[in-house]
Amino acid sequence: MKEPQIIVIGNGMVGYKFCEKLRSKTSSFNVIVFGEEPRRAYDRVHLSEYFNGKTAEDLSLSTENWYQEQNITLFLNNPVTEIDREQQKVYTANGLDYSYDILVFATGSGAFVPNIPGTEKEGVFVYRTIEDLDLISSYAKKARTASVIGGGLLGLEAAKALIDLGIEKTSIIEFAPRLMPRQIDAAGSDMLKSKLTDLGLQIHLNKNTTSIEGDGCITALKFSDDTVLDADMLVISAGIKPRDELAKACGIEVGPRGGIVVDQKMQTNDPAVFAIGECALYDGMIYGLIAPGYEMAEVLAANLCEGDKAFTGFDMSTKLKLIGIDVASFGDNFITEPDCRTIIFENKHKGVYKRINVSNDGQYLLGGILIGDATAYNLLLQTSNNRIVLSENPEELILAASGGSEPASGTGITSLPDSALICSCEGVSKGDICSAVANGSCENIDEVKKCTKAGTGCGGCLPMVKDLMTYTLKSQGKYIKNVICEHFNYSRQELYDLIHIHELKSYDAVLDALGKNDGCEVCKPLVSSLLASLWNEMILKKGNDVAQDSNDRFLANIQKGGSYSVVPRVPGGEITPDKLIVIGEVAKKYNLYTKITGGQRIDMFGAHLNDLPIIWEELIAAGFESGHAYGKGLRTVKSCVGSTWCRFGLHDSVSFAIRIEERYRGIRAPHKFKSAVSGCIRECAEAQSKDFGIIATEKGWNLYVCGNGGSKPQHALLLATDLDTETCIKYIDRFLMFYIRTADPLTRTATWLNKMEGGIDYLRNVIINDSLGMATQWENEIEKLIASYKCEWKEAVENPAIRKRFSHFVNAPEDKDPTIEFVEMRGQKRTAEWKTV
Amino acid sequence: MENSLINNLSKPYKNLKIMNEQSNWLAACRVEDAIENGGVCVKHGEDQIALFYFTRRNEWYATQNECPHKKQMALSRGMIGSATDEPKVACPFHKKTFSLSTGECLSGDECAIKTYPVKIENGTVYIGTTPKS
Ligand SMILES: Cc1cc2nc3c(=O)[nH]c(=O)nc-3n(C[C@H](O)[C@H](O)[C@H](O)COP(=O)(O)OP(=O)(O)OC[C@H]3O[C@@H](n4cnc5c(N)ncnc54)[C@H](O)[C@@H]3O)c2cc1C
Ligand code: SF4
Ligand code: SF4
Ligand code: FES
Repeated sequence: MKEPQIIVIGNGMVGYKFCEKLRSKTSSFNVIVFGEEPRRAYDRVHLSEYFNGKTAEDLSLSTENWYQEQNITLFLNNPVTEIDREQQKVYTANGLDYSYDILVFATGSGAFVPNIPGTEKEGVFVYRTIEDLDLISSYAKKARTASVIGGGLLGLEAAKALIDLGIEKTSIIEFAPRLMPRQIDAAGSDMLKSKLTDLGLQIHLNKNTTSIEGDGCITALKFSDDTVLDADMLVISAGIKPRDELAKACGIEVGPRGGIVVDQKMQTNDPAVFAIGECALYDGMIYGLIAPGYEMAEVLAANLCEGDKAFTGFDMSTKLKLIGIDVASFGDNFITEPDCRTIIFENKHKGVYKRINVSNDGQYLLGGILIGDATAYNLLLQTSNNRIVLSENPEELILAASGGSEPASGTGITSLPDSALICSCEGVSKGDICSAVANGSCENIDEVKKCTKAGTGCGGCLPMVKDLMTYTLKSQGKYIKNVICEHFNYSRQELYDLIHIHELKSYDAVLDALGKNDGCEVCKPLVSSLLASLWNEMILKKGNDVAQDSNDRFLANIQKGGSYSVVPRVPGGEITPDKLIVIGEVAKKYNLYTKITGGQRIDMFGAHLNDLPIIWEELIAAGFESGHAYGKGLRTVKSCVGSTWCRFGLHDSVSFAIRIEERYRGIRAPHKFKSAVSGCIRECAEAQSKDFGIIATEKGWNLYVCGNGGSKPQHALLLATDLDTETCIKYIDRFLMFYIRTADPLTRTATWLNKMEGGIDYLRNVIINDSLGMATQWENEIEKLIASYKCEWKEAVENPAIRKRFSHFVNAPEDKDPTIEFVEMRGQKRTAEWKTV
Repeated sequence: MENSLINNLSKPYKNLKIMNEQSNWLAACRVEDAIENGGVCVKHGEDQIALFYFTRRNEWYATQNECPHKKQMALSRGMIGSATDEPKVACPFHKKTFSLSTGECLSGDECAIKTYPVKIENGTVYIGTTPKS
C-alpha cells in the first residue's frame, strides 16, 4: 500500500519542529517539505547572534544529512506558488507539481511594513531572515545614523544589532506612548527608556512617521508633527504579518486581519489542510512566539499518529535580555486595581522595576512585569501558572535579594506540582525532569538536556532545570560528585588525601597511580597546586613545570600580546625610597610599563620572556623577592599606617601585616587569597573585603574571614573578637589549612563558605573549638610549609636547566618574539590591541 | 629507505611516518632541547612553529605557534593532554584546545591550526615545513 503523503509548506522553525516531532513518533508517511529560503531551517529566535560571530551553519536547527536520514524530501529555494484543492496538488516555483493527502501550512510570517511613502527606497530594511541581516550589515558600513521604526521586542533587538554594527547614532521610533507596549506598562517603559538612553540609543515615543525622504536612498524621516530626523538607513520592525496569501488564494478561510483560521486540532476549513506556527490564527490570535508554535507542531504530529491532543491557547509570558537588560512579563501583566492588588518595587538608581499583580484576597499571583532584574522570573511564572498559594508577605517575592535563587516565601521549586511546565519551548514538566533523573537515566545537565529536551530551546529555564536535577539527586541520597575531569575520577579533596597518603611528588606519578590516559589542562594545574600545597617544593622541578598553568610555569603573569608582568613582593605595602628607585631603574632599563596595583605594590608590565631572569636577578640583588602574583596562593596583605603615624591607630597594623605576609607567602591554595590589616575600626585597609582580614580593637584584634572583592563582592564575616596576636595567627593557620584541604578547585574562600553546611557557625566551631580534632595536625602542616619557603625567582635564575626555558625560540635563544607589539600612551608603552584577522 | 630512519632510534616514536613528498625539512633542535610533555617554539624565517614532545605517549607533534582565537603566539607555551584518545594542546590565554594530530579546534568554533610532520634523525628533530593540513 502506498504511504499517505504529507506536504509541508515552509521550512522555518515550526515546520522543522513538526518534522522532528512526527518522525520521533512514526516512520510512516511520505513527507515532502518546500522551503522558500535558500537554507535549512535555522534558529530565528537567536538570529541576532549572526552579528556576534555565529554562522548560518551554527544557527541551523539540524545537520545537513538529517532530512535524508529521516527519509524526508526537502526542497529549498523552491516556494509553493499555487494550490489546487480539488486535485489535492501543489505547484512550485520550479514548475513541478506534487499531490498531497495532507497539506500543512508552516509559512510563518513576514515583517509588517506600514503604508508609509518611501519604503521602497534604498537603505530601508526589515529584520527577519539571514538574507535581511546580510543586507543590513553590508549597508551599515557606509551609514552613520540609523533609525528603527517599532519599539517592540524585535525593534529593540534590531536597534542593538545596529549599535553592534558600529552605527554612531541609532534612534528608535515608536508610535505608542511607551516601549514594548504589549509586554510592559508605562512605569516599566520609563525605566527601560532611561537605561537604553544611557547606552546611547535615542528613543522617540508618540511619533507617527509620515514619509521616508531621500532621492533614491533614504536620508531622513518625516513625522506627523512636522519634525524631521536624519537617517542613513532604516529598519522597519512594526509587527508581523502572517503569510496567508497562498491559503487565501485557494479559498481557505483567513481572518480579517490575516492568519489562517484553525481549530484546536490546527485544522482549517478544508479537512485535509492544517496550519501551524506564526501563520495560524487560533481563537482570533496570532501567537508570535516560538513556544506556542512548537506546541502546535506537537498537537498536529500527535494527532496524525492517532493521538488526541488539542491546542487551547498558550501562555505568552516572556523573558529576554535586551542589550544586557532583563525584561520579562508573565501572566496577566496589565490587570490593574481594583481588579487586583499591585505591588511595585522601583530602584531608579539601579534601573530596576518590578511589579506583581496579586489577587484581591492576597492568595494568588496573577502576573507581573520585571525590568532590570529578572532573576525571579522562573519562580514567579511557576507560582502564577500553578496557582500556588502565596505567603502572608507576597512582597518578598520581588524584594528577595537579586541573585538569590529562592525567594523567602514558600515558593521554592519543591512546592511546585509535578505538572508544572518548566521548559515551555519543548513542553517539559517538572515531573518529566525529576523522573528522568530519578530513574537513573541522567546524572548531569547535558544528559538531562539530551533525554528530556528541556532547556534546548531558548535556554531560559536551564537554571531551574539544574536546580530540579540537583534536588532530585540529593533527595535520593545520591552523592553529587565533582570529579575533576576525564582523567581523574575523584574530587579535589579526595585527590588531596590520596596524594598525601601515597606521598606522590610529581604530576606523572600522580597520573600513573591515580589517573588514566595523558592528563589535560584541567587536571594538570590542579594536581600541581595540590603538590605545592602538600610539599611546597620548587614548582618548576623537571616534569612538574609542564603541568603548571602558563603563569606558574614562567613565574610571571602572561598579558595580552604575549609579554609578561613582574610583581615583586612589598610586604604590607611598606617600601623604602631606595627600593622604589630600584624598581624605577629596572623598569626604565627594560622598558616596562609601571602601575600601582590594588594590593599596595608595583606591577611592571611588558617584559619579554627572555628578559625575565635578568630582571629578577637585578631585583633580587636589591633585596626583592617574587610576589607570587602569578600563583594561586597568598597575594598581598594590605595595611594602613596604624598606630605608627595615624592619630586614631590602636595598634601597629603595618608590622602585623608584614609578619603575616611573610608567614604565608608562597603557600599554594585552591585559589588566590588576600588579606589586610587595619589599625582601627575606620578600616582604611579594607580588611573586610579580604579572604581574611584583621582590625585592631582596644583589646586586641578582630578576625574576619571569607570576604571577597571581584565580580561578586561579599563582606567578610566576623570569626573571633579581641584576640591577642599569637591566637590570631593560630586561627589563621587553621583556617587556611581547612580551606586548602577542602575547597573545590578554583573556589575562593567566600564561595567555599557559601557552600559549607552550617556556614560561619560551623566554621567557627571547627577553627576555635577544634570540633574536627584537626587543629594540631593543621598547625604542624602549615609550619612545615612555612619552613620550606624559598623564593621561586631565585631558584629559577640559579638553576641553569630551568633558566634555559626562558627563551622564546628553542633554535634562536637570543631572539625575542618579534610579533610582540607595543604602542605609546601617556608617556609609557601599552600593549597593542588584539589583532583581528 | 624507511629502515635507516627507524634504525637510528633506540625506540621508534609511535606517530612518525616517513613522508616522501616532504622535501623541506627544517632542523629544529636536539631531542634533549625539546621539553618533555610540553612545547617549545621553533623559528622558521618569519614563521613560528610549536614543537611538542609528548613523552608520555612517545609521540612528536608540530603545529603553528599562533592561536587562531586572538592571534597570540602562544601555543608552544600551552599545556598538552588528551581528550579521550585525541592528543591536544590548550592555549594559555583562554584555554581553547586544538587537536595535535589534525589541528581541529576541540572547544568551540575557532578555525583549525596547521600541523606539520616531524622526524628524528641522529638525535636531531626535523620539522617538515609544508603543512600536513
Ligand atoms: C529577530 C527575531 C527575534 C525573535 N525573538 C524571539 C524570542 O526571543 N522569543 C520567541 O519566542 N520568539 C522570537 N521570535 C519569533 C520566532 O522566531 C517565530 O515565532 C518563529 O520563527 C515562528 O516559526 P514559523 O515556522 O511559524 O515561521 P518562520 O520561522 O518564519 O518560518 C516560515 C518559513 O516558511 C517560508 N515560507 C513562507 N511562504 C512559503 C511558501 N509559499 N513556500 C515555501 N516556503 C514558504 C518562509 O520563507 C520561512 O522560511 C523572533 C523572531 C525574530 C525575527
Ligand atoms: S584604619 Fe584607623 S588606624 Fe588605620 S589609617 Fe584608618 S583611621 Fe588610621
Ligand atoms: S578587572 Fe578585568 S580587565 Fe581589569 S585586570 Fe581584572 S581581569 Fe583584567
Ligand atoms: S588567544 Fe588562544 S585561546 Fe584566546
